[in-house]
Amino acid sequence: MKKYINIIGLEIHIEPNTKSKMFCSCPQNHFGAKPNSQTCPICLGLPGALPFANKEAINKTIKLGLALGCEISKICKFYRKHYFYPDLPKSYQISQKDNPFCVGGSLMGKKINHIHLEEDAGKLLHRGKESLIDFNRSGCALIEIVTEPVFNTVSEVLSFVKELQLIARYLDISNADMEKGTMRLEANISLRPTSGVGSDSPEVDDLPDYKVELKNINSFKFLEKALVAEIDRQAKALDNGQELKQETRGYDEKTKTTFSQRIKTDSDDYRYFPEPDIPPINSTEYIVHSTKIPELPEQKRKRFAEEYKLSKDYVEILISDLTRADYFEQAVKLAPDLTKSIADLMINKNMDNEYPEPAGLVAKLYALSHMQYAGNDETENATKQVLSENPDIITSYKNGKGQVVGFLIGQVQKKLKGNGNPKEISVKLLEILRR
Amino acid sequence: MTKLTKKDVLHVAELSNLKLTDSEIKKFLPQLTKIIEFVGTLSEVDTTNIEPTSQTTKLVNALREDVTTSSNSLNIDEYFKVKAILSKRT
Amino acid sequence: MNIPLTIKETQDGLKSKKFSAVELVDAYLAQIKKYNSEYNIFLTVTEELAYAKAKEIDRGDKTSHLAGVIVSYKDIFLTKGVRTTAGSKILESYIPPYSATSVSRIEAAGAIPIGKLNCDAFAHGSSGENSDFGVTKNPWNKEYVSGGSSSGSGAVLSANMSLISTGTDTCGSIRLPANYNYAVSLKPTYGAVSRYGVIAMASSLDTVGPLGRTVDDVETVFNVIKGVDGLDGTVTNSKFVTHNAKFRIGIPKEFLVGGIDKEIEKNIQDVINTLKSENVEFVDVSLPTTKYGISTYYIIQPAEVSSNLGRYDGIRYGNDRNSFGEEAKRRIMLGSYVLSAGYYDAFYEKAMKVRTKIISEVDEVFDKVDALIAPVAPTPAFKIGEKADDPLTMYLTDIYAATANLCGIPSIAIPSGFSKNELPLGFQLMAGRFNEDILFKLGKMYETKTNYKPKTAF
Repeated sequence: MKKYINIIGLEIHIEPNTKSKMFCSCPQNHFGAKPNSQTCPICLGLPGALPFANKEAINKTIKLGLALGCEISKICKFYRKHYFYPDLPKSYQISQKDNPFCVGGSLMGKKINHIHLEEDAGKLLHRGKESLIDFNRSGCALIEIVTEPVFNTVSEVLSFVKELQLIARYLDISNADMEKGTMRLEANISLRPTSGVGSDSPEVDDLPDYKVELKNINSFKFLEKALVAEIDRQAKALDNGQELKQETRGYDEKTKTTFSQRIKTDSDDYRYFPEPDIPPINSTEYIVHSTKIPELPEQKRKRFAEEYKLSKDYVEILISDLTRADYFEQAVKLAPDLTKSIADLMINKNMDNEYPEPAGLVAKLYALSHMQYAGNDETENATKQVLSENPDIITSYKNGKGQVVGFLIGQVQKKLKGNGNPKEISVKLLEILRR
Repeated sequence: MTKLTKKDVLHVAELSNLKLTDSEIKKFLPQLTKIIEFVGTLSEVDTTNIEPTSQTTKLVNALREDVTTSSNSLNIDEYFKVKAILSKRT
Repeated sequence: MNIPLTIKETQDGLKSKKFSAVELVDAYLAQIKKYNSEYNIFLTVTEELAYAKAKEIDRGDKTSHLAGVIVSYKDIFLTKGVRTTAGSKILESYIPPYSATSVSRIEAAGAIPIGKLNCDAFAHGSSGENSDFGVTKNPWNKEYVSGGSSSGSGAVLSANMSLISTGTDTCGSIRLPANYNYAVSLKPTYGAVSRYGVIAMASSLDTVGPLGRTVDDVETVFNVIKGVDGLDGTVTNSKFVTHNAKFRIGIPKEFLVGGIDKEIEKNIQDVINTLKSENVEFVDVSLPTTKYGISTYYIIQPAEVSSNLGRYDGIRYGNDRNSFGEEAKRRIMLGSYVLSAGYYDAFYEKAMKVRTKIISEVDEVFDKVDALIAPVAPTPAFKIGEKADDPLTMYLTDIYAATANLCGIPSIAIPSGFSKNELPLGFQLMAGRFNEDILFKLGKMYETKTNYKPKTAF
């Protein structure tokens, strides 16, 4: 029987892919930009600057909330959260407190506490006796998802985070890339001794009196290692009768252990108060009734399994990339009886990389299965049609863009319902283009 | 009403990121106490079922379109420097 | 030359070639050179800029609204490339990289900027004595204060060193200096004029407004600076125009009670008698919750101040926090306290709720009247140093001002005479949100009835 129950809660930050920052019109995407090249009086916290909230960032937050089954708060407010640190230019962060955009909700059976929107701080780099500050990231929009402490295993955490990443991509609200920093994770971990007869699900109000915050984890791989290392550390400490401190810890890949970054004494006093410069948001006036949530990963999984009768593994690979999933479905439309083969070619041979157009892949399939190609005349007509429908492409080709040929072959295949001989199509195309 | 102590003043100074001298603390203590007593008279007012006002415009949804502009931008192109920060942020 | 005292006089003179814009700048600069070191009105004089702009005006278009009008700005208005100190040692060498919206608009309208004006540091104060650069003396009597926090903005007009000026009003800071200097000023509706580029004091109370010598001039500048700018999300455009033939003005009985100087009481009564006519009626009204206005204000304002002054850490600009003056430190401390854990509910949140009560009381009164009349301060200007020791006494000077800021309503300060000490006297009229038009109409009515003429001390 397990000696301890892991009690884990998550705080996940996602950088939405808006064009501009949360409260000013500097660019939101700061990856690779020179230090302080994307700043203005507002995100630098200059005297006299005022915040002006980005409508699209709110859109994306509400979209995420709807996809996760949250209740969208009727009246939402921004709050000022005060603390002093060199990368926080105003010495307060505009965030949310009592009236976040989304409340409740769940994913994979794990309850979410709320989702709120806030601005990011700048980046601090350490260089010997100096610290260097880059404010490109300051003021960037940040969506924060806070779960209840309802995770008990590392694999649950990993599945949840991966699914959340996928949903963010499906909704086109963010690429949620851990390596690029567009998704960041913090985990709160504590251990509770199991009491006698085993119930596997601890009551939420039965929480231990400490929690350790794991921060600065920037990949799924490290997340797994860090969680395992920390759980191990806590278990050993409790075994030895030691008391565990409320603190923040990071993960060190070299030693494969977690290390203390900051002891949290009492709760920080952020002196929250509602942000007077930003009037409240009334979501009922605001939510466009047709905020359509596109098909979500879980729905696509079920549908792919049912409609295409593919194995679980195959389905997972295809749906984990929306572009590939769409490609697959387009190819299958062209050749419904070749579903399994299309899947095989994509998954085992990555053939969709070679054929930008699904029709091209289908043609290849026909070739491989020695089926009847379309006739000479048919091919010529289809080629001529495609060229007349795409005059701009012709100009591109004449300007030296050879790669458009691939696109044109695909278009011709489409007209021929995939029955065209790629070699022949190519010859005919080049014949006409070179005139 | 709450009587302020020197400890309170020091705690508030820390929250405010201000370093006060001993003479400043001595001076502020009675002044702050007096003001807090004075403003504490608000407890007399009945505010049951009253919503707080955080700003007077009665506006909602004052939002900006998601566009980037360079009209405001300041191209600094180098780091701001500060003495090495040894503590971690909250 | 005789410096013209109004916008109309200035522009008529320029158009008829009675004088040139460059000659105007010569005259103003001579006045500044003569008196500024004694009265400490300007912190920065922008001689080169003024001449450059004046030459432009002389060469070209004189038809824009403020063409040839000499303007000076309270030193909390950011002016690109020109030092902006907020009256504080924290920013004593700060050169901002951008200008406030109101500054850009005034200059786009043809005004000639002549300098930055002294004020209480970070706008904390109502006398001018809290400036880190020394107090501004009242041109009417140099032993007396000029009012604050926009002390230089009022004094510059009575010293005849500028035709118009700008100020901010968080609790009377535009109205009081005008009142002590025999000038007109407008505290606009909160949300009528953009605060972008003006150093923030208390975000939900701050307003940006003009000072001038006549109601007309103040109205002209207001029309130039008001309206949406895409940077301040609390601003809206208002198209309110009053078509009233008759006006009803309320006299809040809580404002004319004990403690008010007898001269001021009599002066207000004179104003009432002047305005009273078949078209203007006065009625008694009651605003019982306003007596808590000062306490409410003295919780909300320091809280927001402590928040807004957090950014001055000396890293990106300015000097570090040890350069804060005593008043700034006191307000920051008070603010952090009322927002801190354990005290937020009893202080800040309570104050926000009392504010709601005050606002609805005032809203109800404006259902019955078009405007309210009140003194601007309980006493005329006082001697420098007289009230400086007890911060609580200083706070009481704000008692007539707080209502307009707590409710976000506009108020105009208008001169109405002189005390027996030959210090200016005046009154204020308040109206409902975005009802500046009513204030301008009533103000002009008063000026006409009293045959008002602008006056300067020298």
